[in-house]
Amino acid sequence: MIRCLYADELKAYPLLVQTMFKDRAFQFRDRLNWDVTVDDDGLERDQYDDLNPMYLIWEDQNGRHAGSIRLMPTTGRTMTAEHFVDLTDGVRISSPFIWECTRFCLAPGASPAVAAGLMAMGIEIGLRFGLEQAVGVIYTRVLGLYRRCGHTPDVLGTKGEGREKISVCIWNVTEQARDTLCEHAGIPVALIESWANSSFPTGLLQEERELAIA
Amino acid sequence: MSKETLEDLLERLQTTRSIEELQVWAHEYRDFIGVTHVLYHTANVKGEQVGAFTYPIEWMRRYVEKDYKSVDPVVLGSMRRFHPMDWKSCDWSSPAARRFLKDALEAGVGNQGWAVPIWGPNGEFALFSVNHKIDDASWSQFTRDNAKNILLTAHLVHQQTMRIVHEEVGPPSAELSPREREALAQLSVGSSRASVADALNISENTLRAYIDSARHKLGAANVTHAVALALAKGIILPTGSLPKY
Repeated sequence: MIRCLYADELKAYPLLVQTMFKDRAFQFRDRLNWDVTVDDDGLERDQYDDLNPMYLIWEDQNGRHAGSIRLMPTTGRTMTAEHFVDLTDGVRISSPFIWECTRFCLAPGASPAVAAGLMAMGIEIGLRFGLEQAVGVIYTRVLGLYRRCGHTPDVLGTKGEGREKISVCIWNVTEQARDTLCEHAGIPVALIESWANSSFPTGLLQEERELAIA
Repeated sequence: MSKETLEDLLERLQTTRSIEELQVWAHEYRDFIGVTHVLYHTANVKGEQVGAFTYPIEWMRRYVEKDYKSVDPVVLGSMRRFHPMDWKSCDWSSPAARRFLKDALEAGVGNQGWAVPIWGPNGEFALFSVNHKIDDASWSQFTRDNAKNILLTAHLVHQQTMRIVHEEVGPPSAELSPREREALAQLSVGSSRASVADALNISENTLRAYIDSARHKLGAANVTHAVALALAKGIILPTGSLPKY
């Protein structure tokens, strides 16, 4: 299942979290050769992990990380605004309707459904929270992955050479995009919705609360 | 007199120069969206709590006196969060939370509420809430209809508060990049989004992100309003060109 967790909620899921930061080290340092910081325990973290971002994490049957995305509002500090403003025409992208997604990571051997499922979940919660777009920083050569998932982003700008090319991209948050992604992932929309409900419970109705007071 | 619009209200928000004026504005906004109460507060700005609200002062005093911030499920549930939430989704299960709710309802706080936690650019936290006395069905319709405008407004109230607290006088300088100004200038002379995107050699979705960022920085309600404000502030010229700085 996919869990939506803020950083300060991660401690309740030690195995899931440890495997997520380890898989990030493997993907970003070992496989993609990014200049990232990996601690003595083999966990990759950056300065944005300390700002209490939200993570969408796919948890496999053994409680381990299968894939994840990190989300932050663009009204606060973002990687795009602080490091890649040259790729957005000098525009500091900042709006309550746009969130940033970074550190999209898949565990080695994760099924293709994980990538599409995570993106579908991102769109599902985006729809719930009034978002219109998501901006993100990706390796240009993984654009094909998004295309295969059925949700190709628009590229705002690209820098670097060959395999090292980095792009800033933008995705639209629409029901149609969510449904297409669900189809690619082979996950019913209702299941994505139920996962989102368990992360963000709708709570007691008025009558129930009144009973609780009485 | 014609009906007040969100555009009017947001323009007046930008003219507030003190927390007292913001407080008056909170009442106008409450009447505009037709709810029982509106509340904005932020902590640790220059070591102070800053707030603007429509609650009776007695209730605010009682809140402080009873130290309700340490039991208030909305405050606890939205701390360090950045997604908008219905008050219902907060955890009201503890006896202390229930006692607080009873007390709040008696003081005239709405039984329904919507909270927008704000994560500012300098890591500051703020909370904007509207609440209302209404049944569940009507409230869920209200939030469906108004969630986007409340989200937009919440952030602009926070922006304005930061300007007041940091004593930035004059209209918001709206640090727009040349690209954002160019986009607004072309829209101001009636070019379609497709042709503006074309002229700037960017996609329409990219243009949308740029103009929404400009809208947010200008404190506007929508794109048309952003163009009007940019013209009024002299950020773009009526000819569709950019002023030479």
